This record gives sequence, structure tokens and C-alpha cells, in this order.
Amino acid sequence: MNNNLIVSAAPHLKAKNMTVKSVMWQVVLALVPAMLAAIFFFGLRSLVLTCYAVVAAVLTEYLIQKLRGVPVTITDGSAVVTGILLAFNLNVASPGWLPVIGSVFAIAIGKQVFGGLGHNIFNPALLGRAFLLASWPSLVTANWTKTQPAFSLMFKSMNSLNLSSLQNVPEAITSATPLAAVKSVRVLAETNPDLAQQVMDRMTSMDTISQLFIGNIGGVIGEVSALALLIGAAYMAFRYIISWRIPMSYILTVFVLTFAFGGLGGLFSASIMLPFYHIFSGGLILGAFFMATDMVTSPVTKKGMLVFGIGAGLLTAVIRLWGGYPEGVSYSILLMNCCVPLIDRWTAPKPFGEVRK
Amino acid sequence: MGLKTFPGGVHSHDNKEYSRQAEIIAMPLPGKVYVHLSQHIGAPAKAIVKPGDEVLAGQKIAEAGGFVSIPMHAPISGKVTKIGSYPHPAGTTGTAIEITGDGEDKWVELIDDAKYNCLSTDEMKKRIAEAGICGMGGAGFPTHVKLSPPADKPIDTVILNGVECEPYLTADYRLMLEQPEAILEGLRLLMKIVGAKQGIIGIEANKPDCIKLLRKATAGDKTIRIDALKLKYPQGAEKQLIYACTRRKVPNKGGLPMAVGVVVQNVGTAIAVYEAIRYQKPLVERVITVSGKIVKTPRNIKARIGTMYSELLDFCEGTTEDIYKIISGGPMMGFAISNLDTPMVKGSSGLLLFNKKEAAKDAEHTCLRCGACVEVCPMNLAPSLIVNNAKYQDWGLVEKYGVMDCMKCGSCAFICPAQIKLIQWIDIGKLEVGKRMRSRSQVGKA
Repeated sequence: MNNNLIVSAAPHLKAKNMTVKSVMWQVVLALVPAMLAAIFFFGLRSLVLTCYAVVAAVLTEYLIQKLRGVPVTITDGSAVVTGILLAFNLNVASPGWLPVIGSVFAIAIGKQVFGGLGHNIFNPALLGRAFLLASWPSLVTANWTKTQPAFSLMFKSMNSLNLSSLQNVPEAITSATPLAAVKSVRVLAETNPDLAQQVMDRMTSMDTISQLFIGNIGGVIGEVSALALLIGAAYMAFRYIISWRIPMSYILTVFVLTFAFGGLGGLFSASIMLPFYHIFSGGLILGAFFMATDMVTSPVTKKGMLVFGIGAGLLTAVIRLWGGYPEGVSYSILLMNCCVPLIDRWTAPKPFGEVRK
Repeated sequence: MGLKTFPGGVHSHDNKEYSRQAEIIAMPLPGKVYVHLSQHIGAPAKAIVKPGDEVLAGQKIAEAGGFVSIPMHAPISGKVTKIGSYPHPAGTTGTAIEITGDGEDKWVELIDDAKYNCLSTDEMKKRIAEAGICGMGGAGFPTHVKLSPPADKPIDTVILNGVECEPYLTADYRLMLEQPEAILEGLRLLMKIVGAKQGIIGIEANKPDCIKLLRKATAGDKTIRIDALKLKYPQGAEKQLIYACTRRKVPNKGGLPMAVGVVVQNVGTAIAVYEAIRYQKPLVERVITVSGKIVKTPRNIKARIGTMYSELLDFCEGTTEDIYKIISGGPMMGFAISNLDTPMVKGSSGLLLFNKKEAAKDAEHTCLRCGACVEVCPMNLAPSLIVNNAKYQDWGLVEKYGVMDCMKCGSCAFICPAQIKLIQWIDIGKLEVGKRMRSRSQVGKA
């Protein structure tokens, strides 16, 4: 009789490729198309900034785990994912130290303080971004168009309307991002509704939407190409890394709310294209597929995922349409992150065959 | 045509290729057998022989310890040499009767009752109970009890479980291929006993030859239907099988199939039922799959109950590599045992041997809260919520999240990327919650 025998609880089989490491590195792989799109539209600087963020994130994780005296798990890829996502939330004109500080904060305060992977309440990358936005608002929301090599779609469309000669619209013209343009148009509508409507029509034209989809727009590094992000998301869904529930409920909620309330003439006055404008601009696709779906900080129950997505969608639409910021994705997800334990508790599934009382 | 199935579950390579082609082969008589008194759910049987007694094969050596219990019979002829404590395939130890064979295989007289079809249902049930039959799929619930539902629970459907969703196992597969008539005859008898109008045999889609063969054999019989089921684990779990075949949901919190008018029996059990009613033959042998990558000649062996696993493995010419894990049963729900000198019981469907790599387990990581376990749970529970609360010993929440509804199919632990041993934690949860429930009911009575 040998002494090698292992006695353990069933099951004695394991699904192949289901490890923390493989899951995390597949997320990294899913982010590659968006990275390539960023390099294409913004230049190599976007890659450099992302590398800064990744290196800072991994080093911070290593140092803190050494200090805490726990096993170093930097090869599991989770810090790499956080680094990439943090950089993806910055604009390409950021100074090199910005992603570094963001990553250090994301890993140290967003993750390791809570006990590391699996214990954190908030999405570390979004927490890092929130920290940077609070500390250096001008850098995070800087006018990126100066370094943008190609062109600004919005800039062009505004010009083609020959608005520059008019007063009251300078914000609209110089709007850095498509969502800032939405905000400006809404402001403009108060003084010059006709003109605002004209701009709005232009914004919701098929031409604009398709440009938004491909990525010929302004924004932060990672949100630029909805198409590239969707390719990565499709890969993750195919590999069962993310479920459709959070992204779909999130995006649909934003769709419905921006359609209902986004128009300038009151309820349901918006063009059916306006929701698409909202979905393909800003960080919604990035947020919905890559950050709201962060396993650790989203619900585990099927119903809970829907609640989480709808809640995030509601907050995003509210912030975008009526809030002070042009973009609401990151705050909406962070706010929903704190609701997760309660959501899980309230949406615990009914067992198969549950008797109705 | 879409295949029938249930919500949830996991996909795994079925690993049946090792023994799929191996025809059922009877093993030479073992020199000694060890008949456990507890091979089933319910009260253990009571020995009615003592050391020194001569016994014939098929002779009763232990009587049922109550209604929910079964008698045991001598699997071989010879002499009772000891009644003592032996390892049990469930990983524990238990009392067993040791019989040293005389090598002659002398049987009690078996009668071929030509009119077995016309017996009263009570007589049929009596013969089943006398034959010591319990479910042969693994759980081992006494069959005559399953066939005796209260009058207010009419049964309209008997389902035979030919799913064999556990990877590696091929015993039921071979039985369906080699003894389809006996299975169908058993099914008809079972239908008669409970008064069911329809009989269904559920078979997983990875056994198309069985589906074809049994469909052909039942072509003229409108009361029996063969359902092809999707290849997904745990398709053969009782509640999941009933749902796939009939869309009926067995109530949770201890609900039984009879609540929805169904009785489920394993295909092997159906053969035992047929033999018990027709020949009054007791259950003293069964087909067991001995398999694994390292087994030299994987086989489906017809062996006497009480045969040592070590002898079964010897009959398969041993292994090509060092054994690192011995699994009694299937790889998903079977028990890892520490001793090959463990005698098989009536519910032993498989003996699997794993090498070092197959037996290796990674260290448990913190829960990533990915929700994969929730996604796959066929009982629609949230395993991670149960387990995370079990870790913090919050038994109230463990109970609230339905730990007692878990059937321990292992889908969650199979899929978990964090390698969490969910079933182990759930077992602890079941124990603790069970204690709480019992003390509550005692308080209620007092």
C-alpha cells in the first residue's frame, strides 16, 4: 500500500481552464482590441500610459503583499487588469505620473486595504479614477483634442453647422467629448431651442453614430472604440467569464431612460438615435462590459445582476442628463458596488421546486 | 428534435471511452466476501447467522432492520467466518459478515415462476423486499419503500434512470445494451406495482445506441417512451431527470418524487426487480465499472456483493502508474477512500483509480464572487452565499440560503475558478443546520 493516497471531498473532477489566473488573463486578452484601437486613434502614448499604470499596479501589489506577509499573487493577472482599466479611464494627454498615482491608490486603498482580491467592495480601477478626478480634476477631464492626431468629430460637425459665429455656444463647439456636447446642447436649449435642436439632429445622425461606434471620437483611452470593446466583451461572454445580465440590463436601462428623457422637447421627444449616441459615447460600453461585471464587486445571484445593471443604468442616465458631470458611468458603478451585499441578500434565488406559500 | 434537459448543470468530458466497449464480464468467484449490514438508506440489517454457519448462495444472512431497511443474502456459498468491522465504500467503517467461499457456488433453489406477471402487487412488493433490493444508482434507498406511496399520492409515471451522467461509469450503459428485455420487463412490473400508466426511460444523448435499441424494442408499446436527454451533468439526478422528462418539479425541503406522481428507479434496479419477482432471486451481484486512465484493462464487471475492491482491480490487471486516489462511485459524487481492501456494496456503481496529476487539488483561493456556482446550480441555490456564510459559521443564513436543498452534485465545486471545496463546506453546513433543526423540533415538542 502506498502512502500517496489523497482522500478529499467530492467532486474529484475539475473544469479545465477554470482558475483565477486563467480568468484574469483572459480578461486582459479581451482588453487587447480596445488597446489596439486606442493606439490607432490616439497614438502610442496611450500604450505608454497603460504600461505605466500596469507596472505601478503590479509593483504596488507586490510591495503590499510583501509587507503584509501574505503570498505574492502578482502573476494571477488581477493587478494587471486593474492597471489596464485605470489607464483606460484616463485621457491620452495625461502626464505620466497620473496613471502611476492612480494605480497605487487603486491597488493599495481600493484592494489591498480590504484584504486583497475577492475582499474589496469597490472596483479598484474606478476607485483610482475617482481619486484622480477628485485630486486633479483638470487633468482627468482635460481637453484632450490638442493631442488628438486625427480629428474631432464633434468639432467638425459643429463647424459644419457654422455655429462659431453665434454666441452662447462656445462650450458646444469646444466640447471635448461627445457627452460634454450633450450637456452643452441641453444648456443651449434653454436660450436657443431651435439651434439646440439643429445640433441635436446633427449629433443623432447616422453618420455621427457610426463614427461613435467605430471610435472616431474623443474620450478616454479605453472608451474610444465601442466596436473594439464589444469584440473583447463577446470573447468574455463566449468563455463564460461574464454573464450577459449586467451589461444588457445596464445598457437597456440607459437606452430607455435617455430615449424617454433625453429629448429637448420633453418626454419621448428624442430621436430613436439619441440612445445609441449615449450608448456608444463615453464609458458606457467599457463600464458595462468590463467594470460593472467585475466579479468581486458585483452580485453573484442572477436576479441581483439584473438589479445591479438597472441601478447602474438609472444612475448613469440621471448623472448624464441632469447631473453636474457629463459622464456618470464610473460613479454609478461605484455607487452600485456598495449595494452589492444587500442586493445579494435580497435576491437569493428560490430553490428548485420551492413550494409557494 | 431538441433534447430534453433541466436548467443549470455543467459540461464535462464524459471519460467513458475507457470502458465503453468492454462487455459485461462475470468475475471468477472471490475466495471471501464481506457483506455489510448497512448498504442502504435506513436501519441496518440484523445478522441472523453466526460464525461457523454454512450458507448457500442466495440464502438470507441478515434480516431487514425495519420497514425502511433491506435484508442481506449470502453472495457465495461457504462458511460464515467472522462478523466484524470493515471499511465501507462511503469512507467509513461498518459491521460486515465475512463469508469464506467453498468455491462451489451452491445456490438456494431458484424457481422460474411462469405466472410472475399475474401476481398481486402486494406479492410483487413482498418479493422485492425479500430480495433485499435498494436503489443501485448510488443512494441506495430501499426499493419496496419507494414503491409503497401513501394512498393520497397516486403515481402515474415510472421513470427508469438510464442517464448515467457520472463521467467514467458505463455499467448502466452496458446493461441497457446487453439486457434491454430484462430492463423493459422490470419497468412493466414496476408500472404495474404502482399503477402507473406511462413508463419513461431517460437516457443521455451520449448513448445513442441504447436509445435506438430501446426505442426499437418498445416500438409497439404505447405506454413506454424513451427520452433522449441532453449531455449535461447532473442529468441523472432524480429531480432533474423528472423535470427533464415530465416538466414536473419535485417540491424542495424534503419533497419526494411521489409528490408529483413519479417513481424513479435505476435501470440496474429494474433488472433486479424483474429477477426478484420472476425467480425470487435476491440481489447478490451487480455490474460495476472499474476504470481510470491508469487501469490496465478497464472493465464492466458483474461481481458478487462484498467482493473486495482490490480483487476487482486485480481482475483488471492492476494499474500502470502509482495510485493517488481511489474513488468509490463516480468522480462527481463518489467517495475518495483510503483503502482498496474495501468490499463493494449494492450501490457500488464504479471503482476509479487516479494518478498523481488527476488526484492533484489546487489550494483554495478567496471567493472571487464570480457567480459561476450560482449559474450552474441545478437546484437553483447560491452555493457561494451558503459557503461564505458557513465559513463565518452563520448557520442561520446557511439554512436560509437552502443548504438542506443541496443534493451535493458537485457542479459548483467543479466549476469554481477559486478551487473552493464547496461540497466540503456544504457538508459542514448540512451537519450544523441539521443539528439546529433537530433541537428546534425538540423544543417544539416539549
